[in-house]
Formats: sequence, structure tokens, C-alpha cells
Amino acid sequence: MSLSDAEIQALLLSLRVSSAAVIAALPFAFAAALLLARRNFPGKVLVDAVLHAPLVLPPVAMGYLLLVVFGTRAGLGGFLFQNFGIRFVFNWTGAVLAAAILTFPFQMRAIRLSLESVDAGLGDAARTLGAKAFDRFRNVTLPLALPGVAAGAITAFAASLGEFGAIITFVSNIPGQTRTLPLAIYTALQTPGGEAAAARLATLSILLAVVFMAMAEFVQRRARARFT
Amino acid sequence: MSVDVRLRQRLGAFALDVAFRSDASGVTALFGPSGAGKSSIVHAIAGLMRPDEGRIAIDGRVLFDSNARVNLPVEERRVGLVFQDARLFPHMSVRDNLLFGWRRAKDRSSEADISQIVEMLGLGQLQSRKPAHLSGGEKSRVALGRALLSSPSLLLLDEPLAALDASRKAEIFPYLERLRDVARVPIFYVSHTVDEVLRLADRVVMLRDGRVDGEGSVFDFAAGEIGELRAATGAVIDARVEGHRPDGLSVLSFPGGVLSVPHTPALPGSRLRVRIRAEDVLLAREEPRAISANNVLATQISALRAEGPSQVDVHLSCGGTKLVARITQASAARLGLKEGEAVFAVVKSVILDPHALRGMGALE
Repeated sequence: MSLSDAEIQALLLSLRVSSAAVIAALPFAFAAALLLARRNFPGKVLVDAVLHAPLVLPPVAMGYLLLVVFGTRAGLGGFLFQNFGIRFVFNWTGAVLAAAILTFPFQMRAIRLSLESVDAGLGDAARTLGAKAFDRFRNVTLPLALPGVAAGAITAFAASLGEFGAIITFVSNIPGQTRTLPLAIYTALQTPGGEAAAARLATLSILLAVVFMAMAEFVQRRARARFT
Repeated sequence: MSVDVRLRQRLGAFALDVAFRSDASGVTALFGPSGAGKSSIVHAIAGLMRPDEGRIAIDGRVLFDSNARVNLPVEERRVGLVFQDARLFPHMSVRDNLLFGWRRAKDRSSEADISQIVEMLGLGQLQSRKPAHLSGGEKSRVALGRALLSSPSLLLLDEPLAALDASRKAEIFPYLERLRDVARVPIFYVSHTVDEVLRLADRVVMLRDGRVDGEGSVFDFAAGEIGELRAATGAVIDARVEGHRPDGLSVLSFPGGVLSVPHTPALPGSRLRVRIRAEDVLLAREEPRAISANNVLATQISALRAEGPSQVDVHLSCGGTKLVARITQASAARLGLKEGEAVFAVVKSVILDPHALRGMGALE
């Protein structure tokens, strides 16, 4: 199975978009996970639901929303474009933004689970031993949440690779810029005689998804074995 | 060393309102039934709970004062707290757990002190292990060492034995006794078990329903002289080992006299805490001669307290050391016992703590 240059380009773009999406969403996912795992506040249920919304929202609707907010003629998008020259539409960074938002819940959930499995009392213990807030985060909370961070990042990465609806709606289907693997499959199917290419790319996508999910599971198992 | 605690707090239907002061550097037991407010006090001292009002100071260093609006954060209080559930950091080795507080302490103890504490708690072989691979008793010991090495100005032990079964408790006790004997910090020991208090404490603050029910020395506590809710009746005596006789008995001395007890391996000159239950003391008007008991002490009656419908606790002073004899009211009447009179106490048996003895020499 050999890939054409265009297909390799789509694969590399997919990997780049997914990596960037995972990194961009991570700090927000961690903060949200901390908030949900360690704090109780009025309206928590609502916040929880909103943060999970990308999981159930139709991706095309999400792409439309992004277009409304970040289009160059839209409010926020226009502001960013005119003042900083930042443009999301028709740009690979737009694909990153879409993928980051859509896969953010995967990271948040995994981190939250790992935080919840860590006894909150360990923070109190660390305090009595003289550790201030950042020290506790750096040396107690973070290392214990790390398996969750890793598992969440891998899952989110795998999910990002498959993102289609939001990307094509928000940033269109531009070769080398926004044509990721799923978009390349779609394009191949639209092209006469493109079935073989579509089959190759689909197989590749499935392989990648399976490998990354297995990795996520492996990381979590190892972590459980280490701490219990 | 002095620790001042005065605090008031409402926790739902429960109201905590306590004030006490501890001058002694040794072990102060906070003793009371569950729900008496013991753990709340400890959490307030550590700073994990904020009282509605009050003042907490250690050696004049104010940790909390609602009037002066002082409320030091937990991490600046230098109060070591050993939790019931140990709370070791699961991702760190025993060594890193032990040194967690030490590395963050401002005036930390020397490297020599580390090895001394590691040695005292018997942790030498465990240092590279992860907490997941420790027994319950080992976890407690690591938690103790970790708190001790953070150079606290006060060490709080919140029922450190509560989560352990009987044999684990027996395993950890000698370490606690050694800690009491060598630690230079005052220790507050939370417990609802009379036995633990009698074995470890120097002073006792009795708590009931969020209030101080009484306080005093462990000797007063043992004699049942503090608190309305009398928890113990008997005597605790801190004796000195004088020597071992060829007939197999060991001789202990205390301010009121001498006790002969079954052989103990403790070295002459060492201190040994013994207990005498009120039921194990008989009284005699005249010094009994032909008698199997080894210990007959000349005492003076300091008080008579009726105990139930038929018994009476006779409180005795033996050269300042307190003893209690529980006899029937009929016997007391027959002997015509009155306060201030001299009487001989016949001690049937003396309880030596088998575990305490191991602490005197090498442990394993």
C-alpha cells in the first residue's frame, strides 16, 4: 500500500492538526477538570453540561457556530483579524480550533476521573507539611493526574484525527491547508475512480484510531498498577 | 512549651466551645467519645478548619486569633498532623514521603536526625518502597516520621491507630512510646480508647459534647478524678527500674515506695510505666505478714467515693502517688475507713506493658 503525495500530505496535516488541537485544549481541559472534581458551586450541573456539549452537538452545527463567531466578518473573528492578523477560516489553525473544541471533553473527562480517584485529603496533608498552592499542584496533584492527562490526550488525539463535519463547515476543504484524512477520503469518493484511494485512506484511519485507543488503555492500566 | 487553645464553632447542630492550655512538652491526650469534637479541635489547630472565634497559640506564636484577625495558612503553621488514614503520597517512595515536609521546613533538622528518626520508627528497610506495598502499620509509621521530620512546633496525632486492627495496634504502640520518650515537640494525641491514653499520655483533656469535661495529669485521669464521665479507675505510675533480683523479680521504685514485679528485661535506670487496676488492690488496717502478694504499700486515704449501690472507690495517696482500691461498701464500713486515715494497700497484680519493654533495647 503506497500513498500518493497528496495522501501523505493529508496524513501529515491530520497529525499536525490533531497534535496542535490536543496541546491547545489541554490547559483548559485541566482547569475545567480541577473545577469539576474539586469544587462545588451553584450551577455546577449546568457548567458540567455546557463543557460536555461538544460530545453531543452535531459537528456541522459546531462548525457553523465557529463560522459565526470566528469568520473574518464576524465579531470576534473580525476583531482578531483586524488587530492581530489572526485568521481561522480557510486556515489550518481553524481546523485546530474546531478539533480542539470538539475533543476537549475527552481530555477533561479523563483528567477529572484521575483527579477524583486521588484522595483530596492528600492536598491537606501536603499543606500541613508546608507545601503552598503551586508546590502542591506541581508535586502532588499533577503527577497523580498525569495518567489521566496522558490517556485523555491520546483519546482526544485519536478523536481529532476523525473530525470531519466541523472542519469542512468552518474552514472548508483546502488541500494542504485544511484537507485532513477524513476530508481526503470524502474528496476521493467524490472523484471518479477514487475508490482505491478512499479505501487506502480509510484503512489508515482505522489503524491509527485502534492503535491510539490501545495506547490510552495501556497508559491507564499501568497507572492503576502503580498507585494501588 | 505551651499550647493555648480557645475556640468556638457551630457545625450544624453541634457546637464546639473549648478552652485549654497545655504547658507540658509531653503527650496531651484529647480524650472523649466519638462526636465530642476531638478531630474538629485538631483540624482547627492545623488550620484545616476555621473556627468562628477564638485564639490558638503555640509558645506565644499566634496561629489564629479572631479578634486580631490573624489566621495563618496551614502551610505556615508548622503543625504536624498525622491523619487516621496516613495519607501518604502514592506516587512517591517512602523516602520521598518522609522528606516531603523536611525539604520544605525552614529550620530543618540535620541529616543525622533523619537517620535517627528512620531508625526509631524502624523504616530503614522500607525506604525505596511505594506506599501501595506497605502494611497498615508501616503506613502509620511513615506518616509519623513524615510529620516529625517537618520540624513541627506541635505534633497532632488524630487517632493514628483507629484504622488499624488489634495486632497492628500492638505493633505500632512501641514506636509511639518511643516517640513520646524522645520527641522534643509537644504532642496532642486524639483518642477515644482509655487504654491508649493510660499508656501514652502525660496530660489528659477530656471532651464531651463539644466541651471540656475536665483536664489533669494522666495520674488524675487513671484515678477517675477528672471529668464527670469517669473513664478509668486505677493507677498509672511512672516508675524507675532499680534492678533485677536473683529470685526472678524486678524492682521498681516510685516516689511512694517500691514495687516488685515479674522479671522485665528493661535495663536498670530506665523508666517504666506500670498500671494497677482498682480491682487489684486490697486494703488492710494492719500490715499483713503471711500473704502471697509481693507488694504491700503504706498509704493514706484521700477520698471515698461510692461506686454504684454496693461498692466504693477508696482513693489513696502513697507518698504523693495516687492509687485507687475498689472494695465493697460493706468492707469499708467493717474497717471503718475514713478520709485521712492510714491503711495498707495490698497490690495483687501490676500491669507492665509487654510492648513498652521492647522499646528499651533494639527492636527486632
